[in-house]
Amino acid sequence: MSLEVLGPGLLTTVQDAGRPGWRHAGVGVAGALDGWSLAVANRLVGNAPDAAALEITLAGPTLRLRRAATIALCGATLDADADGVPRPVTLPAGATLRLGGCRDGARTLLAVAGGLAVDAVLGSASTDLRGGFGGQQGRALLRGDVLPLRDDAPPAVTDRVRIAPWWVDPTPDLDLAREAVLRVLRGSDATAPADALSAQPWRVDAASDRQGLRLEGAALAIADRRERVSEPVAPGTVQLPPGGAPIVLLGDAQTHGGYPRIAHVIRADRPRLAQLRPGDAVRFVRCDAATAHALNDAQRVRLARMALAIAARRQRDAASTGWRIG
Amino acid sequence: MIRGVTVERLGEDALLLRTAVPDDRATLEVVHALAERLADDRPAWLEDIVPAYATLALFVDPGAHVDGDPLEVAERWLAARLEDGLAQPPVATADSARRIVDIPVRYGGEDGPDLDMVAHHCGLSPADVVARHAAGVYIVAMLGFAPGFPYLVGLDPALAMPRRANPRTCVAAGSVGIGGGQTGIYPAAGPGGWQLIGRTDVALFDPARSPPSLLRAGDRLRFVAVRSGMGGTG
Repeated sequence: MSLEVLGPGLLTTVQDAGRPGWRHAGVGVAGALDGWSLAVANRLVGNAPDAAALEITLAGPTLRLRRAATIALCGATLDADADGVPRPVTLPAGATLRLGGCRDGARTLLAVAGGLAVDAVLGSASTDLRGGFGGQQGRALLRGDVLPLRDDAPPAVTDRVRIAPWWVDPTPDLDLAREAVLRVLRGSDATAPADALSAQPWRVDAASDRQGLRLEGAALAIADRRERVSEPVAPGTVQLPPGGAPIVLLGDAQTHGGYPRIAHVIRADRPRLAQLRPGDAVRFVRCDAATAHALNDAQRVRLARMALAIAARRQRDAASTGWRIG
Repeated sequence: MIRGVTVERLGEDALLLRTAVPDDRATLEVVHALAERLADDRPAWLEDIVPAYATLALFVDPGAHVDGDPLEVAERWLAARLEDGLAQPPVATADSARRIVDIPVRYGGEDGPDLDMVAHHCGLSPADVVARHAAGVYIVAMLGFAPGFPYLVGLDPALAMPRRANPRTCVAAGSVGIGGGQTGIYPAAGPGGWQLIGRTDVALFDPARSPPSLLRAGDRLRFVAVRSGMGGTG
């Protein structure tokens, strides 16, 4: 009952909704950077929205299924020898799933019905790459890894690939066809001129990872160059190092940082943030706390509605075909 | 309201309590005392209490309140606490009441490849550097940067030395270093730019242990020199 890693892809890690509550010990939250796609992929296969899944970065892995399993891929579109649109796909035992490059975003979430059987460490299955724990031995997948699947999943019995005749639309919460415009709250350390961040377009630097995105553009002037002591930071925090090129922190952000915090990307836009690829253009627009909260609520409501619609579809599939997805 | 404590927001994630004077032992005492007092009747939605040098972050569970801004709920709670139980400035816990953690360190040699350079830079003998480093009683200001990594306050100013121009790509776990006016311990192997003067076998962070971090903010820490080949803690 497992997934065998024939090829690991560029950076494929086990991630769930993250590990909040341990920042006081220097442990960051980690978790799937695109939490929206994690939740949708999990719902498509009948899992809890925060179940452990694989986060694929830019180039996908090749996996062999040792038993029949239903999977779903959400987030960036990638070339897959099974269908890559956001709908459940059931693969027979022994099938090889070859996942290619991400085409329109940086990260794809692969959920498997029942979930990956990964032990929680400090309350989460997420991989903490810097700490070297969680997920698959605290690191990205390697060729030869065998990931156990939960046995409590009702085994899907099939001898061929079955693709659900319906799919879900991930927009407007994740629209990879449009240029990224990220809404930001004002940072508490307003060292750069107000709105300097939103006054120009930025480009994502290649030296970006799960910890943060480095931005290229005309360097921002730091008005107040006094030496700062380290203060708490969070995913979404936009830091301004002395060089004037902002860094947007992502899920693997360190817990504290000494650079000025000039803005915070709102929660509702973090899925889009997570999908930025090296070279992508990105713009920032100012937003207030009330709007951020309302957008976050609306996203939560859409996810709940989508979950109901998916559950209804899955039931209908099971009734009409006699076989069960997941 | 406590005099000199202001409250800001860290995006949508947390409230940030800020004390007036950064990087001062007294400020640290206020931060640690506030953290402990707020933890005493901690509501379920308060996800984490994270101290820093002059700030204290209260991280809020974003899903805890479906019909209102979770940070507004947190602000109301905090305001009531600051007016009520926290009306008086927190009394610093006496040093003698704080936990003291001893960290055995093998100084110099392979364990501390930069000890001689630090000594040369500071105009001291290697033995003086060790004596001064091991004489201090340090405050664990916070844990951050990496799991279990302690930011320590209290380095003898005579031992301050800039970070290496070229950071090492791999520093051994347990390495004790000096970076600028700070000293610290690398809990796990990884890249690092501090000058390495020694090494300990004590595990600072083990996710399988409860609690996972050996140290907590507010602890006092002493380095105890042990001779190479004596097996650290043994």
